[in-house]
Amino acid sequence: MSAPQHSFRTVARPVATLLAVALATAGCARGISAEGEGPDVDFGASPSPGGTLQVMGFGTGDEIGQVRHERATQALGVDVKLSEGELDPQAFLSAAAAGNPPDLVYAERDQIGTFASRGAILPLSECIDAQGIDTDAFVGTAVDEVTFGDELYGVPEFNMVQVTMANADLLDEAGLGLADVDGSDPDAVLAATEALTRRDGGKLSVIGVDSKLPEFLPLWAKGRGVDLLSADGRTAQLDDPEVVAALEHAVAVYEAQGGFPDVKTFRDSADFFGAGNQFATGQLGAMAMEQWYVNVLNESSPDAPLAFGPVKGSDGEVHAFATGSAWAIPVGASDPAAACAYVARMTETEAWVRAAQARADARAADGLVFTGVLTGNEEADAQIRDTVLAQDPPEPWRSAIDAVYEANEHTFALPASPAGAEFETAWQDAVNRVLNGQQEPADALAQAQEEAQAALDEAWAGWDEKQ
Amino acid sequence: MTTSARARRERRTGLAFISPWIVGFVVFTAWPILYSGYLSLTDYDVLTDPAFVGLENYERMAADPQVRLALWNTLQYAVVQVPLYVLVSLALALLLHQAGRASGFFRTAFFVPKMTPPVAVGVLLLLLFNGQYGLVNEALAAVGVDGPSWTTDPAWVKPGLALVSLWSVGTAVVILLAALQDVPAELYDAARVDGAGWWRRTRTVTLPMISGALFFVTVVNTIAAFQMFTEAYSAYFGAGTSSYSNDAALFYVIYLFREGFAELHMGYASALAWLLFVVIMLVTAVQLLVSRRLVYYEGEQR
Repeated sequence: MSAPQHSFRTVARPVATLLAVALATAGCARGISAEGEGPDVDFGASPSPGGTLQVMGFGTGDEIGQVRHERATQALGVDVKLSEGELDPQAFLSAAAAGNPPDLVYAERDQIGTFASRGAILPLSECIDAQGIDTDAFVGTAVDEVTFGDELYGVPEFNMVQVTMANADLLDEAGLGLADVDGSDPDAVLAATEALTRRDGGKLSVIGVDSKLPEFLPLWAKGRGVDLLSADGRTAQLDDPEVVAALEHAVAVYEAQGGFPDVKTFRDSADFFGAGNQFATGQLGAMAMEQWYVNVLNESSPDAPLAFGPVKGSDGEVHAFATGSAWAIPVGASDPAAACAYVARMTETEAWVRAAQARADARAADGLVFTGVLTGNEEADAQIRDTVLAQDPPEPWRSAIDAVYEANEHTFALPASPAGAEFETAWQDAVNRVLNGQQEPADALAQAQEEAQAALDEAWAGWDEKQ
Repeated sequence: MTTSARARRERRTGLAFISPWIVGFVVFTAWPILYSGYLSLTDYDVLTDPAFVGLENYERMAADPQVRLALWNTLQYAVVQVPLYVLVSLALALLLHQAGRASGFFRTAFFVPKMTPPVAVGVLLLLLFNGQYGLVNEALAAVGVDGPSWTTDPAWVKPGLALVSLWSVGTAVVILLAALQDVPAELYDAARVDGAGWWRRTRTVTLPMISGALFFVTVVNTIAAFQMFTEAYSAYFGAGTSSYSNDAALFYVIYLFREGFAELHMGYASALAWLLFVVIMLVTAVQLLVSRRLVYYEGEQR
């Protein structure tokens, strides 16, 4: 036997063995969805004592999370393990692909349709029944966002809505009021932008109005009576003339102050979360923004000259594009009953009211105004407003609170779809191409319409096939 | 017979010693690579079982304008970034080599920025290269140059990223400096006796003597440029509270990540990964071929 052959064999054999071991241990990619597993889950089972509940995507970063979590954990008597921080789809997907999904995930509501359409999360009707969760108490649009194919796949919580925020001093100096910048009169917004904008040595020194593209295009389109996606989640409406007009107007607001790059770079250079925010330094006239920023302003620059009101469409109506979180139970969760019970305790009215009280107490201790919390549960929202919020908060916080609650009563949301991420990419890319000067609004949206519709058709075809 | 038995025993001992590496390589590198090859032939969304679709993903790739855009972006970036990075690191290493005693301090000083997390570098980019209020444009304005909109103008996004990549030039500087210190002083002495000036010495002594290290820095950095992700992603696809993005920064791996993890087209993303693998292999092969003529390794007969 010659030496080279010999050495090949001696090397090859152990390597082949190792490869076989590797194949066996690393396993193959598998989906987690199993046909017909849904109905077999017993949501009424009592949690096994001493059990552990694995939760992904939820953190107890503030009183609102902490108080509810402690309350729910005590009621259940199980050990709840949180992997904190925003839900990392990569981590969830790897865990799912490895056949080891968590018991519960806390996701953005717009991800629920995608997870549900692929059979990755359980339908929750039986969970709702078993735990007596009162879905009527939830905000309607939030429930719609997590309803897919007539089934509820998520329990919503929190509601983010936009309100108009403005610098009252800048408005006064220009002889303007909130009505000029709240969106109710598009021409007035353009005129106000010109009146408020200041340039200093060729550089923008005051942003007149920030129309917050790309993220708020759905809001501006709604103000003209159009949704980006049809109510059944199947048809993109991105090339609707009113969507094009909404985008053109929002872009014109940027053009009126030197173009989007100037506004963006000026915005990038400022401290958004600190005492040097652009409202406090008099560098920003007005913008629509989610209500959590009211809290930021209240904490970081309580004495800034602010004015708040709802966002209105050119139809004169109040609108808010609602987003938020939701709880969902992955297929293959080891203890779905405990997960369901935990969700029920986290989202019930009393949990929210107690958490809000804790937050209000903490803010009072710091000498700050509690500006409210939108829970996604209308009953809780009403109780918090009646019993926890100060009855006569000082201005401008009183009008901020009024605007937030008014917006919460006029929300819309994009319906659940199996191609939520692709749809969002399509329209946001289109807006970005316009902002970067690469395309005109109509062309960009026409392209987005094609891309989005193709993605929707493909994803819905996959779902329809399964039915 | 006895010699072959001993050889076999030694081989076995050798294998036993490197077996942790073999296991690691097979389980964590070879197997995932092979498996991604299989996944690239499937429709796989991570949540449901992969379904075999043959070459469909590759056909789709050929027709996908975003793939062309991402490849073109990446290529443009690599063509600008790699020479810039290598030249700057070479220049700094040559300077450091002259620094004598102080070189220890400067070596550390150049390496420190490498410790900055790449995500922070991405955010730093938005501040340093801010079109109106950034330090870079303010410095340019001081010498009368009206700086561009680095972070929003599609034509300037890639140059900005290439410049900010110099932030982590320290690694290459340290490698090149080590190579410079290995160049025998006799060669310089001989060159001086022959009347060679600084430039002549650098060109005919220094560069050939460190060509191995230069080649290594070039190859490694080319591969890194093709895999550019973190800085561009954090600056242009997820910064702050805005959903602003710029498709001039849509690099290949960013597109791959988006397809695989945001839109759950993992089969397609696997096919994309294989295309990138082939591209990098080709580029590296060309570099190896060219290097045969340009790179000198010690002990080689010329």
